[in-house]
Amino acid sequence: MGNYIKLLVYGVIAVLAAIAANYARDLAYMVNALMVMVIGMVLFIITLRSTGNAQPALEPNPETEYMDGPVRVGVILTAFWAVVGFLVGVTIAFQLAFPALNFEWAQGYLNFGRLRPLHTSAVIFAFGGTGLITTSFYVVQRTSAARLWGGNLAWFVFWGYQIVILLAASGYVLGATQSKEYAEPEWYVDWWLTIVWVAYLLVFVGTLMKRKEPHIYVANWFYLSFILTIAMLHIVNNLSIPVSMFGSKSVQVFSGVQDAMTQWWYGHNAVGFFLTAGFLGMMYYFVPKQAERPVFSYKLSIIHFWALIFIYIWAGPHHLHYTALPDWASTLGMVFSIVLWMPSWGGMINGLMTLSGAWDKLRTDPIIRMMVISVGFYGMSTFEGPMMSIRAVNSLSHYTDWTIGHVHSGALGWNGMITFGALYFLTPRLWNRERLYSLSLVSWHFWLATIGIILYAASMWVTGIMEGLMWREVDANGFLVNSFADTVAAKFPMYVVRGTGGLLYLTGGVIMCYNLWMTVRRSPAVEATNHVVPAE
Amino acid sequence: MAKQPEKKDEVETTGHSWDGIEEYNNPLPKWWVWVFYICIIWAIGYSIAYPAWPGIKSATAGVLGWSTRANVAEEIETFAAKNQAINAELASVELASINENETLKAYAISAGEATFNTWCAQCHQRNGAGVKGAGYPTLSDDAWLWGGTMEEIHYTVAHGIRNEDDDDARYSEMPAFGRDELLEPEEIASVVNFVMTLSGETPNDASGVEDGKVLFEDNCASCHGEDGKGDRAQGAPNLTDAIWLYGGDYDTIMETVTNSRFGVMPPWSAEASPAGRLEEWQIRAVATYVHQLGGGE
Repeated sequence: MGNYIKLLVYGVIAVLAAIAANYARDLAYMVNALMVMVIGMVLFIITLRSTGNAQPALEPNPETEYMDGPVRVGVILTAFWAVVGFLVGVTIAFQLAFPALNFEWAQGYLNFGRLRPLHTSAVIFAFGGTGLITTSFYVVQRTSAARLWGGNLAWFVFWGYQIVILLAASGYVLGATQSKEYAEPEWYVDWWLTIVWVAYLLVFVGTLMKRKEPHIYVANWFYLSFILTIAMLHIVNNLSIPVSMFGSKSVQVFSGVQDAMTQWWYGHNAVGFFLTAGFLGMMYYFVPKQAERPVFSYKLSIIHFWALIFIYIWAGPHHLHYTALPDWASTLGMVFSIVLWMPSWGGMINGLMTLSGAWDKLRTDPIIRMMVISVGFYGMSTFEGPMMSIRAVNSLSHYTDWTIGHVHSGALGWNGMITFGALYFLTPRLWNRERLYSLSLVSWHFWLATIGIILYAASMWVTGIMEGLMWREVDANGFLVNSFADTVAAKFPMYVVRGTGGLLYLTGGVIMCYNLWMTVRRSPAVEATNHVVPAE
Repeated sequence: MAKQPEKKDEVETTGHSWDGIEEYNNPLPKWWVWVFYICIIWAIGYSIAYPAWPGIKSATAGVLGWSTRANVAEEIETFAAKNQAINAELASVELASINENETLKAYAISAGEATFNTWCAQCHQRNGAGVKGAGYPTLSDDAWLWGGTMEEIHYTVAHGIRNEDDDDARYSEMPAFGRDELLEPEEIASVVNFVMTLSGETPNDASGVEDGKVLFEDNCASCHGEDGKGDRAQGAPNLTDAIWLYGGDYDTIMETVTNSRFGVMPPWSAEASPAGRLEEWQIRAVATYVHQLGGGE
């Protein structure tokens, strides 16, 4: 019976998508509608083929085993999106250094303007988001000693999110964008993401509700705050009215400076709750597990969690210093950013101090090394951020490459490295392997990535501060000394260094994929360990 | 690295364990707490000093009376007041006399360079280098299309060339000899070959040069001159100096004669045209700056 309802739903989706594609007012909408149609048809055929067959008997009691299917696919796709995101990043870095790489034949599809949101979304939402969903599914099961709630709902969350990525990415290349940084996808993708995200919240909270441990582990507080806050941010910042049901264009509800403020309230908290809180959840599980040490301080984890959650949400206005935003809002954004410094560092202290007593492992375990440098970069960028939010500093740094360097020391250093560590931790366990295929390849990855980040961050500091100084340079009579094009020309060598750094980081990512692949293929097998066992 | 003392293990854990992870009951690090407090105290102080807390209708202004807009307005006002007299002088003196007054000349060059880099460098490039082959002339050499004196440069900057925004814009139009079928293709080829010889180039086909010379005298000399040295009154370029606006190879000259060219420069004088963006003293500053780039007459 269930299959007949499914067939009906998939069939209706495919037909509606076909109708939408037929009436499409623009290319991006038509391609997206065709993609939905194909997905509906494929699901229809798969369901049809299994209908009427004898259903395979369910395991006697699936509740005794963790649900690792989505986690396994998630590990593969996280690694895949990492390489895709880095590759697009390297491409646009060299497009900036050598504009001829914006090929004439690719104008309107693969030029910098189209690829830039593809890069940011591929890294933050495809690589980071898939990594967060994957690790949260793994961590919440282990630390709750409970199988994921909702049965196949977890699969829906997982594949639903991948559909968001595909629709968004193809939309960018074909020109569908609402021109909001990190919130580029148009209205129908936003609606779909909302549905997927509510399902994600249900799976996560449902699993916490049926936990067999007396308390909720700190990693899960962070994951939960990430899921809840992203839902709120996503809905408010994407309040828009479609121009047509059959077109990708929509009009924002807010306008002018209110729209800008909503956007950066969203944008900054995407950093705060997606890239900070979510990844702290990852850190709080994988660092103590890999170090085999207790977490340094339970008190610190409580205080810095609540301080971080309460303060981060107010810091957005520092993105709009010296704009149409009123001074009072700008001041508040700045002071909350400064107050945020210590709550952010609480996570760094807990991460680093957890390793005290296990420092010798730095010599032997490149995965620990990766995690340590990740937490180090987290500490550095959460100091740099508040500093750049100070109005006087911001008047120099705003709109320069310094900002680009700042986000990349956070994204490449903190988010990238901690995710690599988690992938190295997860792969042998999920595929029941004794160990990773090669630790020396992990070391290679570590050094390539680290040198890559240093080249990236250092070149962006140099060029950012240089262009900031050049922009503001006036002669004795108050006339500007440099034209904008002068600053662009002066940045060229640093752009080449930055691209090279990105290339090293990408190479490290490819080596990781090879290593993980060979771990599954070649490492000796061990007995499965995914039985639900409460720790106490 | 010195071995860490084992005293950490003396701290008790909270007693819970999740998937093997325990948590120590360590107190908050003292320095962390103190820096956190200091940041909070500083934040309170700063938000009293500067505009910060919103009310129903307005926000606190801060005891320092600080405002970004007021700061910018004040800075602009400072320089405007400082430069007011010299701007007025620059706008009113005889054009030619600007270069005789060292103070005025130095001021005009620094103002002119900033203005040039903002509005002109997009086409003419930094230092007036021009873009070879794109029709953006070099301004630092002594080859002038419309004239290189202060007066001529000033006129060009103020009114522009071949635009529809200013009735006084400099204007001339070369016929499209091929497109409008004024000459046969073979005739055009002959003219092009002849034009190449004017600047000492080797023509593509030397046999056409003689015919080309006759055709040139009949069709082109009225603007470019019998000797091909051009006519500044009409903006007709000198064809003998090997300096090319679009290019001096056979194919490019062929394109020029066949379809003609129609390079446009916008008017910059706000007085002369609604499209103009610059005031008189700025236009004079730009003219002074361009005049001293190398080819001023």
